[in-house]
Amino acid sequence: MSTVALTEAHQGAAAGREWNGPAPKRIVTGYGFWIFILSDMIMFATFFATYAVLVGQTAGGPTGHDLFDLRNVAIETAFLLASSFTCGLASIAADVRSKNWFQLAMAVTCVLGLGFLTLEGQEFASLVARGAGPTRSAFLSAFFTLVGCHGLHVSAGTLWLLTMMAQVFTKGFRPDIQRRILCFALFWHALDIIWIAVFTIVYLLGSAK
Amino acid sequence: MTNGFDEAINDIDVAPGDEHADGGGVAQRVVGYLTGLGLAILLTATSFFVAGTDLVWQPSIPVALVVLAIAQMGVHLVFFLHITTGPDNTNNVLALAFGVLIVILLMGGSLWIMANLNHNMMPMDQIMQMQR
Repeated sequence: MSTVALTEAHQGAAAGREWNGPAPKRIVTGYGFWIFILSDMIMFATFFATYAVLVGQTAGGPTGHDLFDLRNVAIETAFLLASSFTCGLASIAADVRSKNWFQLAMAVTCVLGLGFLTLEGQEFASLVARGAGPTRSAFLSAFFTLVGCHGLHVSAGTLWLLTMMAQVFTKGFRPDIQRRILCFALFWHALDIIWIAVFTIVYLLGSAK
Repeated sequence: MTNGFDEAINDIDVAPGDEHADGGGVAQRVVGYLTGLGLAILLTATSFFVAGTDLVWQPSIPVALVVLAIAQMGVHLVFFLHITTGPDNTNNVLALAFGVLIVILLMGGSLWIMANLNHNMMPMDQIMQMQR
């Protein structure tokens, strides 16, 4: 490095803006994944906008008030909220490198996620069986697209969760595995945030009418 | 730094989802998640109660539900995703703010335009008659 550059770096430090080199990989990876999550939320926003525009177009078919079972939705919400909490516990366990606590917290998260998916699957099956499938009306098309897309995300998240359990089991808490755990936790918590919008806009507002 | 990574020691920024260096020990962090869980349960329960009750003035219910949902999203962001107003979180917050801007433009714009189109469009039975 030339003397000029050294002097400039020294002056920069003296001015209070210390240059610590490029950001650590954990921050770069986490930030990149944060941008992806925000883009995913924008995609969900388009589905929400579509749903909000089409919610009244029932083509003489059933409305949300006729179809939605709020008790079922409350249990689904409880499952996802509890799984978000246990996912947070898994993050702490990963940070202190406690394999047993990590696997336990992730296993509970997985069970809660699967419980959510089961209830949602039952709801979809019962809607289709009652003749209220996605082909019945524009309202139901939008409903199945929006809620189904969230369900697909939860399914993908559950697969990712099992992958992380296996990777920690075989490879341990290596820095690259830790970055994947960070991204997984971001993804899982983001899914819970989207579910807040789903149960408010689709189910609670839908059954109020 | 509580996450114990040498590579993540950086006083300027913190990765989204990571807690700041002075986040405390394991017990303190668990209490943080428990606080978030408690607040989220409270807000969710209020939402479900408000949606099904006759005790509240009915036209206010949709607004109340939306406000409760936004509050709960804030609780999740702070207690689960650890997005804070601290100087080490500036980049994360700015990215989030841009995302929120796009979401608002997208949803608000779509609803506004579609409501106008719906209002200005001839009723469907008249369109059918014109096509005959």
